[in-house]
Amino acid sequence: MSQPPKHLELTKVDIDFPTPNGPFKALQDVNLTINKGEFVSLIGHSGCGKSTVLNIVAGLYQATKGGCLLDGKEVNAPGPERAVVFQNHSLLPWLTAYENVELAVKQVFGKSKSKAEMKEWIEHNLHLVHMDHAMHKRPDEISGGMKQRVGIARALAMEPTVMLMDEPFGALDALTRAHLQDSLMEIQKDLNNTVIMITHDVDEAVLLSDRIVMMTNGPAATVGEILDIELPRPRDRIALADDPQYNHYRHEVLTFLYEKQRKPDESEKSAEKKSDSEEVAQPVQDAATDKKEKAA
Amino acid sequence: MSNTSALSGISAFFENPIANFGKLAKSLLVPLIGLVLFLFVWEIGAKSIKTSLGAFPGPVAVYEQSVNLINEHIAERDKEASFIKRQEERNAKKLAKNPDAKVKIRPYTGNPTFFDQIGTSLFTVMAGFVLASLIAIPAGIAIGLNNTLYSAFNPLIQLFKPVSPLAWLPLVTMVVSAVYVSKDPMFAKSFITSLITVSLCCLWPTLLNTAVGVSSISKDLQNVSQVLRLSWLAHVTKIVLPSSIPMIFTGLRLSLGIAWMVLIAAEMLAQNPGLGKFVWDEFQNGSSSSLGRIMVAVLVIGLIGFLLDRTMLMIQKKVSWDKTAVLR
Repeated sequence: MSQPPKHLELTKVDIDFPTPNGPFKALQDVNLTINKGEFVSLIGHSGCGKSTVLNIVAGLYQATKGGCLLDGKEVNAPGPERAVVFQNHSLLPWLTAYENVELAVKQVFGKSKSKAEMKEWIEHNLHLVHMDHAMHKRPDEISGGMKQRVGIARALAMEPTVMLMDEPFGALDALTRAHLQDSLMEIQKDLNNTVIMITHDVDEAVLLSDRIVMMTNGPAATVGEILDIELPRPRDRIALADDPQYNHYRHEVLTFLYEKQRKPDESEKSAEKKSDSEEVAQPVQDAATDKKEKAA
Repeated sequence: MSNTSALSGISAFFENPIANFGKLAKSLLVPLIGLVLFLFVWEIGAKSIKTSLGAFPGPVAVYEQSVNLINEHIAERDKEASFIKRQEERNAKKLAKNPDAKVKIRPYTGNPTFFDQIGTSLFTVMAGFVLASLIAIPAGIAIGLNNTLYSAFNPLIQLFKPVSPLAWLPLVTMVVSAVYVSKDPMFAKSFITSLITVSLCCLWPTLLNTAVGVSSISKDLQNVSQVLRLSWLAHVTKIVLPSSIPMIFTGLRLSLGIAWMVLIAAEMLAQNPGLGKFVWDEFQNGSSSSLGRIMVAVLVIGLIGFLLDRTMLMIQKKVSWDKTAVLR
């Protein structure tokens, strides 16, 4: 009781999903503390429950046992103070970029801000993600990367205590992804938000995070190891590519994923769950090409 | 769609006649050849079908009868105009003699012409369709949002959906004559009967499509709504309704098509004014021109059905956000 309350705290979280064959334990005994302004990545193989952890923090799922405290208050429902950037942008297709952000801003600041202030705030957030030029376009008129930028602007505009990002760049090509990562680092430098991000991409995790939380394989997944990334900011991807410390961190994460938590039988699994194995295939490939690069 | 492609074909032809000749041929010539072939086969075929009322009407007979129907309409309007004029003159004379005299104004009671019947039918179908939509869209939203409601109503919907209008008609007629009693009714009983029959039959496609559209909203958008803590009303108006608009319109177009078919049948059977009654009266009349006149009605019914569908399509294109969807 004497200790000051932590910013965000997951304590002994278990979650069971009901299935016809009895409950399926997706997470077991997940403990995690996150400080204010920290950028934390969750990494692990598909099906390890990363998204489940994020959804518990978002309030979209309820933990079966244990719980989540944000600034000393229990999280039991979704809310704009824990804004989510979804993998598939989740913009409303019938609204323009501006209107999409506006919907969120009206909901959060409808009472506290005047119309002019809201307009300014919406435009400010779209400016942060470099979307000024296309703010009156609809989602189907802009590229995938731009949609995700708008998704980030919408989340930022809610002025969240914690921003939750569910594989935000997973569906983008490598170049677009790099652009967005740089934008995100720039924004993060100014706003210093608390961010939890799920990723499959080892480079992305090392580049962006203050800490990387590596999760063990499911069922009954939990936090395996936590790696502190003590690289000075601002970080530059080109300089870091040749940095021994950076490569050491990458090595740590890769070792965890492909040696300690190697999936027992990839081929058998892929026959069972095709969509999952496809997601797994990507980082494996990444790792292979990475090694080649190193050799060269 | 074909209209617009034909137009673009024509405009392209004028811009670059040689290169775009093929395009023009495809968009205009091919349908034209199809039409001419059809008329030819129709004329030949019609001649060889003998009925007790003479040969089956071919295109020429149909053309003659449509001219007749137009002339009859004009003649009837002239009669009405002169009747009203006579009445006004008579009343004016009366008032000149005695300013306090009571003046009677009688409405004209001539036979409704073919075009009057078209008007009646169109008004009835629109009224029935609007009534059905006003019930079906909110009900569909409610059923789509709530699984319990869906399970409760789905068997009923499946049961009533395939019912033919003709089965409803006697019941509706009896109920309307028992319930709708008033000395000075705003609408004729026959109108109310047709209206309810049409509504009962065209309710279902809109109801089902709305429910499916509402229940298949993407999980992502529902999560967005939850994260934003949208109120129930805001959730329905800002998320549910817009995202199910394409499905709602699919339902509405199906409903309107059914409404138009049902109405003609109901009018025929119940002798309610409208195109259906026109067809039935001509059939009973049994003159040598009857079959030709019925054929005119058949073509007009088809044309109106087509135009109704096009109108809905135009509204859908205006209203729906999903401009990428292929509309046919």
